[in-house]
Amino acid sequence: MTVTAGWYMALAAVLFVIGASGLLLRRNALVMFMSIELMLNAVNVSFVAAGRELGLLDGQIAAIFVMVVAAAEVTVGLAIIISVFRKRATASVDELSGMRG
Amino acid sequence: MNAETLLFVVFAIAAIAGGLTMVAARNPVYSAMGLLLAMFSVAVFYVLNGAHFVAAVQVLIYAGAVITLFLFVIMLLGVDRVDDPHESIPLQRPLAVIVGAGLLLLLLVAGRAAWVTGEAAFASEDVSGTIEAISDELFGTWLIPFEATILLLTIAAVGTVALAHFGEGLQVVGRPVGEVEGVSRYELGSGTGRGGDGLVAVDDAAEEGDP
Repeated sequence: MTVTAGWYMALAAVLFVIGASGLLLRRNALVMFMSIELMLNAVNVSFVAAGRELGLLDGQIAAIFVMVVAAAEVTVGLAIIISVFRKRATASVDELSGMRG
Repeated sequence: MNAETLLFVVFAIAAIAGGLTMVAARNPVYSAMGLLLAMFSVAVFYVLNGAHFVAAVQVLIYAGAVITLFLFVIMLLGVDRVDDPHESIPLQRPLAVIVGAGLLLLLLVAGRAAWVTGEAAFASEDVSGTIEAISDELFGTWLIPFEATILLLTIAAVGTVALAHFGEGLQVVGRPVGEVEGVSRYELGSGTGRGGDGLVAVDDAAEEGDP
């Protein structure tokens, strides 16, 4: 029994769905952010596994680029969460209805 | 069962457990710890796939920097802050479960067509994710996208600093409006409190202030 790329892709699908359901279920902005990170990681796993299946290095390059974008996203997103928390004293996205029409 | 299969099974269980912990934990610190476990497991999957440099970057950036940043923010907002399970939209939780299950079903069904490619799925020669090979690709074929990420990171850093500074500034700009209202109300109140006409008292003050 050897591990094929399909195993990694199935695992990546499961991790992605866990992240997506976390994004849908939780109302805490921080935990929603963590769910996004988990989804990005799941996609990275499938990138790397697909690159190995095809014998190419491009999957790993794509994973590195995703990591860079995720790092930039985390810094800006956490800064936004902190500045929102300073004004509203809450990290729950349900409280943030200031843009309601 | 060879070593890769064993490692895959063990760390797949660990990754899924970490992800579920992250979603289910009420305390954000436990969520961060679950995410940490999932990210370390993902680093192990990178090693199994020959992506050694990506695995090192994963441990350094995700497990090191990102999780630390999350924990910093959790500490900043208050550790003992626990979510209340109350939902303001009543049907949201069951709908989220249904959407999640449907997404998993779709991904697995759609994946079966694409990723079941037989026993010898992996290429005969292993890709080696050494620093040398990665840098040859990154600074050769992908040089322009790499430069674009430099721009992106610079913009993100500047944006974060701007949020830290002018986010405070916006609050200061917003505050004088309230203060002006409060002051005028106070002046009107004190004017009537002195027994005279409040509006006249304010006008007097304004005229004294003018020259």
